[in-house]
Amino acid sequence: MTETLTFLKELISAPGISGYESALRPLIEKAWGEITDELSVSRLGSLHGFQRGTGPEPRPAILVAAHMDSIGLMVNAIVDGFLRVTSIGGVDVRVLPGQMVTVHGQDDLPGMIVPTPARLLPSNVQGGIVPLEYLLVDVGLLPDEVTGLVRVGDPISFAQPPLETAGETLAGHSLDNRASIAALTVCLEILQTRPHVWDVWAAATVQEEIGLKGAQTSSFQLRPSLAVAMDVTFGSSPGSSNHQTFPLGKGPTLMWGPNVHPSLFNTLKETAERFEIPFAVEATAHATGTDAVAMQVNAEGVPSVVVGIPLRYMHTPVEMVALKDITRAGRLVAEFITKLDEHFMDKLIWDD
Amino acid sequence: MIQRDDYPQIGDEQVQLLERLSNACAVSGDEGEVRKIVLEEVRPHADDVKVDALGNVLVTRRGHGDQRMRVMVAAHMDEVGLMVTHDEGDGIYRFGTVGGLAATGLPGKTMWVGKEHIPAVIGTKPIHFMEAEEGKKAVSIDNLRLDVGLAGGKVKLGDRAVFATTFARHGPSLRGKALDNRLGVATLIELVKNAPSQIDLQAAFTVQEEIGLRGARVAAFAFDPDMALILDSTPAYDLPTWDVDENAFYNSRLGEGPAIYVADASTLHDPRLVRYLIATAEAHSIPYQLRQPGGGGTDAGAIHKHLEGIPSISVSVPGRYHHSPASIVRLSDWQHTLNLVTTALFNLNSEVLAAER
Repeated sequence: MTETLTFLKELISAPGISGYESALRPLIEKAWGEITDELSVSRLGSLHGFQRGTGPEPRPAILVAAHMDSIGLMVNAIVDGFLRVTSIGGVDVRVLPGQMVTVHGQDDLPGMIVPTPARLLPSNVQGGIVPLEYLLVDVGLLPDEVTGLVRVGDPISFAQPPLETAGETLAGHSLDNRASIAALTVCLEILQTRPHVWDVWAAATVQEEIGLKGAQTSSFQLRPSLAVAMDVTFGSSPGSSNHQTFPLGKGPTLMWGPNVHPSLFNTLKETAERFEIPFAVEATAHATGTDAVAMQVNAEGVPSVVVGIPLRYMHTPVEMVALKDITRAGRLVAEFITKLDEHFMDKLIWDD
Repeated sequence: MIQRDDYPQIGDEQVQLLERLSNACAVSGDEGEVRKIVLEEVRPHADDVKVDALGNVLVTRRGHGDQRMRVMVAAHMDEVGLMVTHDEGDGIYRFGTVGGLAATGLPGKTMWVGKEHIPAVIGTKPIHFMEAEEGKKAVSIDNLRLDVGLAGGKVKLGDRAVFATTFARHGPSLRGKALDNRLGVATLIELVKNAPSQIDLQAAFTVQEEIGLRGARVAAFAFDPDMALILDSTPAYDLPTWDVDENAFYNSRLGEGPAIYVADASTLHDPRLVRYLIATAEAHSIPYQLRQPGGGGTDAGAIHKHLEGIPSISVSVPGRYHHSPASIVRLSDWQHTLNLVTTALFNLNSEVLAAER
C-alpha cells in the first residue's frame, strides 16, 4: 500500500498531457522494468510491457491498457508577458482561475492561471464564469524574459502537488488515469510471482483524452485475443447523483454495456466473487469513454472488458481516489489473468 | 537623517520571514499563527508590546527628545478564508466565506483546514455530467463542499480554512497565498527593528481588516496618534485587456514601486501626507506610483475618522490576484516600499502637518 502511494504520488507529480507523455514514461519504465520481461515504446509513445506466459506456443495474449496521458493546456498567444491558452482534452474552465501550472517552454516555468480582471472584460462576459479565451497564465517573469523562454504551442500541465487526504485517499491532478497505471503496476507485480498461461501485454497508452489514439494503435500492433481497459470512473461526491456514481473505498467497478463482451464480463465478475474482492456493476448505456472503445473494434474485433476505479471530481486538479480501490483493481485483473487457460477463447461464447 | 546606504535591505532573511508569514494561516478573527510570529520578531526590539482585547499586537518604540510625534503605522495580519459551518458526515463539510472571497474562485482548489492544516479539496461536479449551459454558470457556495477524504474526525465546526498554497520565488517575483497583507506585516516588522529615533513609533499589527477594519479602530483609540501610516497591498490589474489597446483601469502596476493612495472607497488620504511622500520619493530617487483613485480601501478607512480625526496615508506594495490561491508581487516593489516609508519616517517632523491641507 505504501509503495503504491509513493509511486502514485510520483506519477501525479509529473507532467504528461496528451501527446507530451515523454517526461512521465520513464517513471513507469522504471517501475515496470523490474516486473516485465521486455519493455518497448510504440510509434506514438505508448509504453508496452511484456510478461511471457507458460502455455504452449502459439500462446494467446491479453492486453491490459491504462492511459497515462492527462488533460492540460497549450500556449496560443503571448501578450505583454502573459500567456493566452487553449485546452488539450476536456478541461473544466470553472476550476482554472487560481490553478498552479508548469509551462513547458525552453525551461519548465512555474505559473498560475488567472482571469482577466472583471474591469477589463467586455460586458457580455462579466459576472459569470470567465471563458477560456479570457484566461491568462502569469509566470512572474518580465515580458522580455517570457518571450525568450516561451513559444506558442508550448504545452502547459497542472502543477497541483499531491495531497494525502484522510482515510487512505489521495487528491491531485491526473489521477485520471495515473490511478489505473498504479493499479496495472500492482497487477504486474502479482503476475510476476504467479504462473500464467497467457502472454500479458501491459500498455500505458497515450492520447486517450483526445480520442483514444494510443489504445487504437497499440491494440493493432499487439493484436491481443482479449483486452482489458483500466480507467477511472465517477466517484460519489457532493453534487453528483447516486445513480451515476460509485463510492470511494468500496472496490472497483466492472463496466457493462455494448463496449463489454458479456461472457468476459461474467468471468471477471466470477473472479471478483471467488476472491471476495468487492465491486460494483457499472451499467454504461453509451460508450464507456475508455480505451476499450477503441480496442474493441481493433482489427477483426477484440472481446473487451473495463475495470473502473471510482474517482471524485473528474477532470479537475483535485481528483480524489481511495488507495484500496487501486490495489483491489490490480489484484482483480491479476487473478482474472492467472485463471485464463489455453482453451479460454473456445469457451468465450455468445450465449444466445 | 538616513542615508541611502543605511536603508534596511530585503535580503534572504526578510524573504524567509515573509515566507513564514505567508504560509501561516490567519483568517479574520483567528490570527494567532501570524500573531505568534510577529510577537517573536518584535519583542527584542520593542519598549512596549501588548496584545489587546481583539488580538491586535500593539508595539511601541519610543524615540528621544521633546515633543516627539506619535506615529501609528498599521498593517493587518488577517486574511480572507473559509469557516466550516456544518458537518455532513464522511469527511464532507459545508462552509461560509470570511471576507471578500468569491465562490467562483473555489472549485478545484486545495485547502488547509484548522490549526493542524488538515488537507482538503473543494471539488466540483464533473463536466461529463453537466448540461452545456450549466458549465458556463458561476457556482454558488451552496453547491460547494470541503472534502477531507474518507474520514472526517479531526475537523471541527468553526475551523477556518485557507488555500493550500506554499510560498515560492519566481525570478523577480514572489508568489504566496496571503501576501495581502503579510507584505505589510513584514515591512512593519522591519520598521520596528529599524525605528527612527525622533518619533514614537506605534506599530499596530491589526486583526479583522478583511471583515470591516475592526482591529484598526480600537488600535487607533489605544494609540491616539498624531498621524497614521497604513501599509497594505493594493491590487494590480495590470493585465492585457481583451478588446481595447490601453488598460486604463490598472489600479496599480507591478514594477513601478510603492503605490501611494490619494483616494479609495473609504478614505480621502491626507493631502499633506500624500505630498510629503511624493516629495520624499522624488528627493531620494525612489520609484513610486499613485494608486488610481477609486474603490477598495485600507485600515485608514477606520483610523482617519477615529477620535478627533487622525491624518492618515496609505502605501501599498502592488500585488496581482489578491484573495485567490496566490498573489504575485515584485521583490523590487517591496524594497522600494521599505525604502520610501523608512526615509519618510526618518525625515518626518511636525512641519509636515502644520501646513494647510
